[in-house]
Amino acid sequence: MEYLLAFIVGGLICVIGQILLDVFKLTPAHVVVSFVVAGAVLDGFGLYDRLIEFAGAGATVPITSFGHSLLHGAMNETEQSGVLGLAIGIFQLTAAGISSAILFGFIVAVIFKPKG
Amino acid sequence: MAVKRKQTWQFKNDIYLSSTGTATGPKEAQGPLSSYFDQSYDDLYCGEDSWELAERRLMEDAVMACLKKANQAASSVDLYLAGDLLNQIVTANFSAKKLQIPYLGMFGACSTSMETLAVGAALVDAGFIDRAIAAVSSHNATAERQFRNPTEYGGPKPPTSESTVTGAGAGLISREASPVKITEATIGKVFDWGIKDANDMGSAMAPAAADTIASHLTQTGREVSDYDLILTGDLSSVGTPILKELLYERGYDISSVHQDCGLMVYRPDQKVFAGGSGCACSAVVTYGYIVDELTRGNLQRVLVVATGSLHSPTMVQQKEALPTIAHGVVLEAAGGGES
Repeated sequence: MEYLLAFIVGGLICVIGQILLDVFKLTPAHVVVSFVVAGAVLDGFGLYDRLIEFAGAGATVPITSFGHSLLHGAMNETEQSGVLGLAIGIFQLTAAGISSAILFGFIVAVIFKPKG
Repeated sequence: MAVKRKQTWQFKNDIYLSSTGTATGPKEAQGPLSSYFDQSYDDLYCGEDSWELAERRLMEDAVMACLKKANQAASSVDLYLAGDLLNQIVTANFSAKKLQIPYLGMFGACSTSMETLAVGAALVDAGFIDRAIAAVSSHNATAERQFRNPTEYGGPKPPTSESTVTGAGAGLISREASPVKITEATIGKVFDWGIKDANDMGSAMAPAAADTIASHLTQTGREVSDYDLILTGDLSSVGTPILKELLYERGYDISSVHQDCGLMVYRPDQKVFAGGSGCACSAVVTYGYIVDELTRGNLQRVLVVATGSLHSPTMVQQKEALPTIAHGVVLEAAGGGES
C-alpha cells in the first residue's frame, strides 16, 4: 500500500510539472524553481511533513522536497542561533546533495565529452 | 494608382548556378538524400575539438567542394556571401577569414540560404561582380545550445519542435553557362502572427512562406502548374499543412507540387520531432538533391522558398512573438547536363 501511495502522489506531482510545461508553456527551469518554492511554502504551513508521512518517497523524491528541506534547515538553525540562523541553516540539510551535485558534475565533465 | 512593389527580381542576363558543394553531419548521412551530399562526417565533432569548429569545418568543406567542382580557385571569386545561425554569424565570419574572398555576412536565420543566393545573383546580373559564392551552415549542437537548451540540460522538446540540420551548402554564381539557371528571386516581408513558442517555428513561418509564394505567382503572372516543384525550407510537418491551407484560401492549390526540405532530409523514423530545420536544411537539399535533379532534366523549374524565424533567445524570454520571413529563388534547368 505504501508503494502505491508513493507512486500515486509522486506521479501527481510530476503531472503538475507536465501541465506547467505543456499548458502554461513554462521552461524546465521555471518548473524546477516553482516546485522548490511550492515545497518551501507548503512546509511553512506544516503541510509538507504531513504529505511525507502520508506518501513517503512519493513526496521526498520530487524536487519539491528540496524546498521543504531548505525551510526546515533554516527554521531549525533559527531556533538555536536567532535570525542569523536563517542564512546559516538554509543549506544545512541540503548541503550533501548540493556538494555531491558539484563534485559529480565536475568529475563527469572532466572524463566525458558530450555527444550531441 | 498603386505603385507596383518590386518584390520579385527577374534577372536580365543568364545567371547560372555554376557549381554547388555540400557537407553534412552523421544524421543527415543516414537520411534518404545521403548520396547527393559531397561529404559527410560520422561524428558531430567532424574531427574538431568543439561543435563551433565542427560547423566551421562543414562550411569550409562545402565551399571547397563547390570551388573544386567548378575548377576555380578562391582567388577567382569576387564575393563571398555567407551566414549561419550563431551569434554575430561567427561561422561565416571565420570561414571568410580563411578564404580571403571579399565578404558580406548575411543573417536571415534559416532563410539565409536563398537570401545569399538571391543577392549574389542580383550582383552578378548587375555586373558589379563576375563570380559570387553563396554559403550557409548550421549545426545541431551549436543551435541547440544557442536557441534552446544545451543537450546536457535534458529539457524535454515538444513534438512541434524541429531538429536543426548539421551541415553546410555553397553555390557558385556566375554568367558562365551551366545546367542550372537562376532566373528570379522574390524577397519576403517579415510576418508575425502572434506565435511566441520557439518550439513551434513551423506554424510561425507558414504565413511568411504563403505570402512570398503568393506574391511570386502574382508578380510573375504564373500558375502553380508552371512549376515542377515549390520547395519550402523548414516548415516541417506542423507548418506544411498550414501553408497549403493559407495558399488555398488565396486561390492557389500547391499540394501537388509542394515539398518541404525539413521533411525530405530525414527519414520519419529518425526521431527529429516535426522535421529538420536550420540554414543547412534548405541548403543541402537544394544544392545537393534539387540541383542534381535540374541537371539531369528531371525537374525543369523549381521555386525554392527558404523560411526563417528571426527571433533571438532574449526576445523569446521577453515574450515577444516570432518575426518570420521567407525568400524565394527560381532555379531552372538550362540543359546541357547529363541525362
